[in-house]
Amino acid sequence: MKKSMKFVPALAAMAVLLFSGPAYARDQIQIVGSSTVYPFATVVAERLGAKGMFKTPVIESTGTGGGMKLFCAGIGEKHPDITNASRAMKESEWEMCRKNGVKDIVEITVGNDGIAFANSLKSDKLNFTVEQLWKAMAAKGPKPQKWSQIDSSLPNVPIRILTPPPTSGTRDAWNALVMSKGCDPKVKANNKDDCELMREDGAVIEAGENDALLVQKLQADPGLFGIFGFSYLDGNRDKIQAASINGVDITLGSIQSYEYPVSRPLFFYVKKAHIGVIPGIREYLKEFTSPSAVGEDGYLADRGLVPLEPKKLSAVRSTANNLTPMTMTK
Amino acid sequence: MIDRRSEEYKKRSGDRMARRYRADRRFRLYGQAALVFGALALCILMVSIFSSGYTAFFRTQVALDVELDPDVLGVAAAEQEHLSLEQADYYTVVNRAIYNAIPGELERSDRKLAKGLISNGASVELREMVLENPALVGRTVKVNFTASSDLDQLHKGNVPRDVEEGLRRINDKQLAWYDRWVQEGRVSSTFNWNFFTSGDSRNPEMAGIGGAITGSIFTLLCFVLSFPVGVAAAVYLEEFAPKNKWTDMIEVNINNLAAVPSIIFGLLGLAILLNVFNMPRGTPVVGGMVLALMTLPTIIIACRASLKAVPPSIRQGALAMGASPMQVTLHHVLPLALPGTLTGTIIGLSQALGETAPLLMIGMVAFIVDIPGGVTDPSAVLPVQIYLWAESAERGFVEKTSAAIMIILAFLVTMNLFAIYLRQRFERRW
Repeated sequence: MKKSMKFVPALAAMAVLLFSGPAYARDQIQIVGSSTVYPFATVVAERLGAKGMFKTPVIESTGTGGGMKLFCAGIGEKHPDITNASRAMKESEWEMCRKNGVKDIVEITVGNDGIAFANSLKSDKLNFTVEQLWKAMAAKGPKPQKWSQIDSSLPNVPIRILTPPPTSGTRDAWNALVMSKGCDPKVKANNKDDCELMREDGAVIEAGENDALLVQKLQADPGLFGIFGFSYLDGNRDKIQAASINGVDITLGSIQSYEYPVSRPLFFYVKKAHIGVIPGIREYLKEFTSPSAVGEDGYLADRGLVPLEPKKLSAVRSTANNLTPMTMTK
Repeated sequence: MIDRRSEEYKKRSGDRMARRYRADRRFRLYGQAALVFGALALCILMVSIFSSGYTAFFRTQVALDVELDPDVLGVAAAEQEHLSLEQADYYTVVNRAIYNAIPGELERSDRKLAKGLISNGASVELREMVLENPALVGRTVKVNFTASSDLDQLHKGNVPRDVEEGLRRINDKQLAWYDRWVQEGRVSSTFNWNFFTSGDSRNPEMAGIGGAITGSIFTLLCFVLSFPVGVAAAVYLEEFAPKNKWTDMIEVNINNLAAVPSIIFGLLGLAILLNVFNMPRGTPVVGGMVLALMTLPTIIIACRASLKAVPPSIRQGALAMGASPMQVTLHHVLPLALPGTLTGTIIGLSQALGETAPLLMIGMVAFIVDIPGGVTDPSAVLPVQIYLWAESAERGFVEKTSAAIMIILAFLVTMNLFAIYLRQRFERRW
């Protein structure tokens, strides 16, 4: 028994060595956040890495809400430097950030995204109004079983719509741009938040963050509709088509002018305190806002990002150069 | 009283007999049907993976005449030093080579289309070539560049070319150039070594599983931690521990832990390893420890089972010869139980190799380009890479996904074969 006691301090020493968190300095940018911005951020990250001056940033796709939570958890190496978002930071998230010491945040608008309401190429191309979409999806609406019950011009097929999960920025944007705008005034007057509640009787089906899987499901089932970002539509035009909304087709131009009702800007947020500590953040910002990336002919445009208008872009570029921290206007 | 010799009885018992035989045959048939169903499902899975994946092992390339003009490259011919060659403008050189391969003057929009036929990584390929052989500067050389994913998929026949122009990623103009290049013999197909050596990329034609394989190996290295811990726990519980309430409770808990969903271990890793011990996020050291915890119960159970299988006569014989309990265990029991333990560990290892859920919680499911150089570099593992590619919008990732599945299957089969070999070779039966 006495002999075995000798092992205890040795074991304890080993445990301390293993767990004490070695003096480890992160030299690689860590990015979290929206799955919609992910395909663009990864391209920029890869470009930065290919130049050979910095390590390629590591990017996790956590959804906008999940990203904000990680981003706002604090300052320091173990917290991510940048979070991608497919909607602007909410006031509650801003408060959370401030509470945890994340004070100076630089907000960069990277471009626009349009959200498509799409179905399989095998079925007809349709037009919906925002009000019709609300009626089809809302928990507080008439809850029709078939599209034709909403309007006789719509097909006589059961309503089945795949939506992104609540953590997704796409869902947030859809709620803000479709569900709340198309809401029945009576419901809106009663309680504004009720507008955004989705049906739970099987007509609206919650799908995961996996947009590629959505495309597959739509292709297999002509009666099904799905909600997702423009880049996925663009990459799969031989499989799916987008319906026009309020009579406007989803195109680069109609998204850029916000004429297409379901278009929105995309963002990423940078911790100012990490700039200069983690190498490469400034260069990443520069690369992301450069004309060769987000300009009209930039490589991100090829990936389906809808560029900002030139005037807005130059404003964004000066924010990126001066690292102007954002403010939350109430 | 039944008359067993009556005709009536014989007929009835014959009927019963036949019925029992029929029931017997049916029973066997059910078993066979279940087997056939399983085999069929496996076949369909394999055929679909292989048929969509084998093309990923080939790479389409286009031979272009590259004029390595020092002025365009931005390096004066006199100072062909390593540094300036590293920063030289290969992008423009490659673009010129592409435009030269197409007859006639190209308009601005056409140039973009032409660039779309060659991979974005072409300038990096050229850079590596020139850095390896700086004497090339100033000469015109024929270089095989990787084709863009769109062209690659077209060349492999994975996307149809006889559909309406708007439904294709490659338009009619690009198609005409491609046909011309094929006629000129520029387009060729080679074995895709890059797939095994390079890291992840957003360009499907440049993406490889080298990074993921390295990450998996580092993760499994850390996983080895669970072997001594598991064996020590099993030996103590089986050979030394007193039989009481406490050890019973520990045993029940170990058996329960073996059935706990793996995501729970991920949460444990997040809460303890990352948040309390501040270990780096998304690294093999954390991933390996989480997977080690996950498979620890499996290893303990396997080790205890094989310790139990060692006959008591071995222990009694050794004790009778005057060996101490520790000598009995270390010299006699454990060596005999080791093959079974190793088999259990290897099966646990292959389970860990295919695990994604716990890694999601500790940040290993991420886009990582650089190939990890150690256990504290962020890295992905094979199943994560499959998940990430399956999620990508680009068509070229479909074949990459299937190819990565083939690689991981190959790993699993090899490991399981090794486990079988160990069992056959060393296991003793009494």
